Amino acid sequence: MKLLKNRLFQIFLLVLICIYINLPNIPININIFNKNFSTTISHPSINLKLGSSTFTRDLNLKKGLDLQGGTHLVLETDMSLIEELDKANALESAKEIITRRVDLYGVSESIVKTSLVKDSYRIIVELPGVQEVEQAINLIGQTAQLDFREDTSQDANEVNYASPSAFARVFSFESTGLTGKDLKKSLVSFSSGQGAANQPVVGLEFTKEGSEKFADITSRNINRPVAIFLDNQLVTAPTVNEEIKDGRAVISGNFTPEAASELSIQLNAGALPVPIKIIEQKNISATLGQNSIQKSIIAGSVGLGLVMLFMVLLYGLNGLLANIALLIYGLITLSIYKLIPVTLTLPGIAGFILSVGMAVDSNILIFERLKEELRSGRPFAVALELGFGRAWDSIKDANIATIITSLVLINPFNFSFLNTSGMVRGFAITLLVGVIISLFTGIIVTRTLMRRIRFRT
Amino acid sequence: MKYKTLYFLFSLLFLIPSSFFLIKHGLKPAVDFTGGTILEISITPKEDQELSLDKITNLVEDTVILNQAIQQENNIFVIKAQQFDQETNQAIKQTLEDQLGEVEETRFETVGPTMGKELIKKTLIGVFIAAGFILVFVATRFKDKKYGICAILAMLHDTFITVGIFSYLGVTRGVEVDALFVTAILTILSFSVHDTIVVYDRIRESIKLYPRLSYTDLVNKAVTETLGRSVNNSLTIIFMLLALYLLGGDTTKWFVFALLIGTISGTYSSTFTAAPLLVLWEDLKAKHHTSKV
Repeated sequence: MKLLKNRLFQIFLLVLICIYINLPNIPININIFNKNFSTTISHPSINLKLGSSTFTRDLNLKKGLDLQGGTHLVLETDMSLIEELDKANALESAKEIITRRVDLYGVSESIVKTSLVKDSYRIIVELPGVQEVEQAINLIGQTAQLDFREDTSQDANEVNYASPSAFARVFSFESTGLTGKDLKKSLVSFSSGQGAANQPVVGLEFTKEGSEKFADITSRNINRPVAIFLDNQLVTAPTVNEEIKDGRAVISGNFTPEAASELSIQLNAGALPVPIKIIEQKNISATLGQNSIQKSIIAGSVGLGLVMLFMVLLYGLNGLLANIALLIYGLITLSIYKLIPVTLTLPGIAGFILSVGMAVDSNILIFERLKEELRSGRPFAVALELGFGRAWDSIKDANIATIITSLVLINPFNFSFLNTSGMVRGFAITLLVGVIISLFTGIIVTRTLMRRIRFRT
Repeated sequence: MKYKTLYFLFSLLFLIPSSFFLIKHGLKPAVDFTGGTILEISITPKEDQELSLDKITNLVEDTVILNQAIQQENNIFVIKAQQFDQETNQAIKQTLEDQLGEVEETRFETVGPTMGKELIKKTLIGVFIAAGFILVFVATRFKDKKYGICAILAMLHDTFITVGIFSYLGVTRGVEVDALFVTAILTILSFSVHDTIVVYDRIRESIKLYPRLSYTDLVNKAVTETLGRSVNNSLTIIFMLLALYLLGGDTTKWFVFALLIGTISGTYSSTFTAAPLLVLWEDLKAKHHTSKV
């Protein structure tokens, strides 16, 4: 009996936590003794730090592009001029450059990711809320422009070059004619000897023509900076120590490995420029998405109402308990969506609504079993336990089959021969989450409630 | 199970027309598969203008290779055409704006033809892998390969009927098959097996409890005992789906419809296909055995 009370308490606690996570923003204005209290009740956000790993969630329900409106682009890169070995680098750089541009454009929660489909190197860009598509496409679709510039101001020797951002504004840099085309590639390596060994450095390798130009530039800029610009923005401005004739330069500094690799990626964007072509484009207006959400909520509520009514009509008090378990199911599922976080799309919502219909399945199985056991003359307490025990076998096997299907659809290992489309995945994730939670609420929660309530009367 | 011929005949009543439509007409692929462009716009007409599908078609036809134009609601139109770009899109909207009234774009989707082929191929691979896993899983859990194979056959039965009905709808109502439909099929697969396993579980349990009963009687018993649960469970799902179909958004309408067919077919097949198949399997095995001796 004590165990039961504990179980009930745990479930109650879980429900409270879930309600807290799902709280909408409710502004409160109270006026007491002419003093205004105004505060907003809202769901919490999570900010955990464990050693070097952090876990942050703002616990807002993430809406997919089809729900909040926005632009979805699939870009295909033209790798015909890039050597096989450098292709992965070139793709990473192209992604980096697009990310930079998207950030400049000021889109919040944008997604830029790469995808490799057979021989086709692709970049997927999602811009929530962006409606001026043409502008966005123009911005993103350009090929990256990298060039080297030298400082043409006088008395450069007296200037402190320590902070590159400061002198970028003060000094006029002029193009040297050395561009990304002259750069073969950039690599991160580790310094050896000379002072700090094993420091990450960024290596540059020029083409034959580039080497000549670079030798020229370095010879006339010793102890002066040579700036590298990407898309007309300063990336870095190392100071030249000596003339470099062999076309192999090394930029050193107090790089962290991450900073070095970022710089290298940016340089490669210019060295390995890949033309980009749009192969898929979807724009969805915000009103259409809003409309879909509203309709889905109405449909979901009506469906849920019908299911609950059906359960009560069919199974009486037990049905009512199953309904409570169903509501708990909904709460937990939404909380999990916020925690993972699952990006909710229209098919995802459909998957969720469908899973509500399936969630009562375990209850129906159990209740039908219970009826049978009661019919064969067993006392309620025994029938209850037998009903749950026997139904469990079929529930387990049936649900494992569904879990197998959803895992194949989610494709967690990113097998390239399986689907990687966001839509199919979104649906499968909601299905998987639904099945697992419905097992918990349909069996554990319902059983606890039934034991508790049935034994008191 | 004495009516099992009848059950199979009833299935054939759907399977034969399904095959007929599939072979003759196939499915009507949506942009997701063929590549192409969908433009959805809502037009607020000028005072002296009345909107009609014909007018829109005429105005658009010259600029793009039109596949289909649909009037979705009073002033909402969907233009489906071969792939065109953002520039053409602007031009079309400008023309419509000049002629008819204010145009608001609600959706613009353009998909290259390569994406579609990939999707079909990957989905088929996904289906085979899922089916393979389920076959092995069911066969292991029930310690006999016949359960695995019959469950998969019932599953294919449901999928085939759903696909067949969509082939029919494609011919008669121009319903297209898109990526969402693929998702629906995958869900039907898992639902169908889910339902079948519940029936099989009963058979498994009855074999232990009543070892003297003949296999046919056991299956009969299991089917009668699980029928109530099967119907009740399907009803709850059907309530949800009906609500979505009638009240939900247009984008998911046919998706939900596919699920609806699958649920109904899945309920039927778990009782009236998957179980009788087991009996048939045993019968055939017995015959084979006697003829050999």
